[in-house]
Amino acid sequence: MRLIDEALAGNQRALARLATHIENDTEIGQQAVAALYARTGRAHIVGITGPPGAGKSTLVNALIGEARADGRRVGVLAIDPTSPLSGGAVLGDRIRMLERHGDEGVFIRSLASRGRRGGLAPAISGLIHLLDAVGFDLIIIETVGVGQEEVDAAAVVHTLVLVQMPRSGDAVQVLKAGVLELADIFVVNKADLGGAEELARELRGMVAMAPSESRWRSPVIVCSAVSGQGIDDVLAAIDDHRRYLTDSGELARRQQSIAAAEVKTLVASAVDRLLRDSSASVAPPVEDVAQRRQTPRAAALEIIRSLALNR
Amino acid sequence: MSTSDTGSEAAAGWLAPSERSRPIRVLIAKPGLDGHDRGAKVLARALRDAGFEVIYTGLFQSPEMIATAALQEDVDVVGLSILSGAHLSLFPRIMEALRERGVDDVLVIAGGTIPDEDVPELKRLGVAEVFGPGSSLRSIVEYIRRHAPVRDDIAQ
Repeated sequence: MRLIDEALAGNQRALARLATHIENDTEIGQQAVAALYARTGRAHIVGITGPPGAGKSTLVNALIGEARADGRRVGVLAIDPTSPLSGGAVLGDRIRMLERHGDEGVFIRSLASRGRRGGLAPAISGLIHLLDAVGFDLIIIETVGVGQEEVDAAAVVHTLVLVQMPRSGDAVQVLKAGVLELADIFVVNKADLGGAEELARELRGMVAMAPSESRWRSPVIVCSAVSGQGIDDVLAAIDDHRRYLTDSGELARRQQSIAAAEVKTLVASAVDRLLRDSSASVAPPVEDVAQRRQTPRAAALEIIRSLALNR
Repeated sequence: MSTSDTGSEAAAGWLAPSERSRPIRVLIAKPGLDGHDRGAKVLARALRDAGFEVIYTGLFQSPEMIATAALQEDVDVVGLSILSGAHLSLFPRIMEALRERGVDDVLVIAGGTIPDEDVPELKRLGVAEVFGPGSSLRSIVEYIRRHAPVRDDIAQ
């Protein structure tokens, strides 16, 4: 396909068009992922998550600069929520990421969460494959860390970075968020505000106490994405984690769990779609449930059996 | 080197390409040096409420930054707000930067304080419509709905 050849040759217009196809799960998008999948598996995929206002986009912008300085090509997927009322979205992460506008080694794409059936995961996975296949070395996925989304992000990345800022509540907020166990690296941003060292100390205490089966001890790094202070440490920690994953054999396990998550998501979305398309075959068991002649679980099992037999 | 993707023929239909609709994607940018982005923000919000996906890039954008964002985000519409009076010097550079990157099929619209007598020149440059002070948000939304390019290969 011409778009694929052009994207592989470094044409950003073709890359952007393919990204649109993949995001929208078109036929061309599906063909592109099929054609490119064998080329994937080289990039280091890093998730950056944290609460709104923690400075994720500014940190990503600083990391792009740091990684470009060693000649790495950087792809960014910046995800923002879709308004549940209108289905529209304002995607504003680029505001902080426009410094390197003329650089062919950087590709930034904003993505609205869109409340999609089957979730956002299939679109993210497809876009990661695209960026990986065309040769981006570092792929950064930026998500707002509220609710389920950072857990979804954790399922598709090699390294998860949790960004916090001082004076936004204490480290217990991090505990409540439930990502303590998932984060490979903690970043305390906005060191220029003061209070950063205290938060870092609390976080280090929590990391030290957290039960862990792996030899990796999540570092806590203080930085200021605005001034650039400590950004080299953040990238060094990301690279350390990659090295740890490779040397320990953990990378192969993560690749496997990423693949499993992606396949399962596709199966789940197929079943979801099938249920939507075949409301007729679902109706009789549901009626039985409503009339209290059958339990919901028994009806679900009946439907699963009939779906399996019908295909 | 393509990886087999179809699995069994019968089941492939389960994961057939989606026919879902795609929101119109709009880039809202403020080129040049005026620091007033209230109008641009109000418009971004209105377009979101109309169901569009708005990529908002904020103040002080160079023509190259705008064109790169339009390219990478693969938007359907580029909306530019200028209050500085520099529209006649900025628009030629923005249209040129878009063309250089092959972004030749987006709908470009302009807003801000642009005198009526300058509108023909902007239209000659390829700006589809100019929305001056007092334009209703609804008229802009409707204009975009009617005129955003339709891509045959992607459902919209």
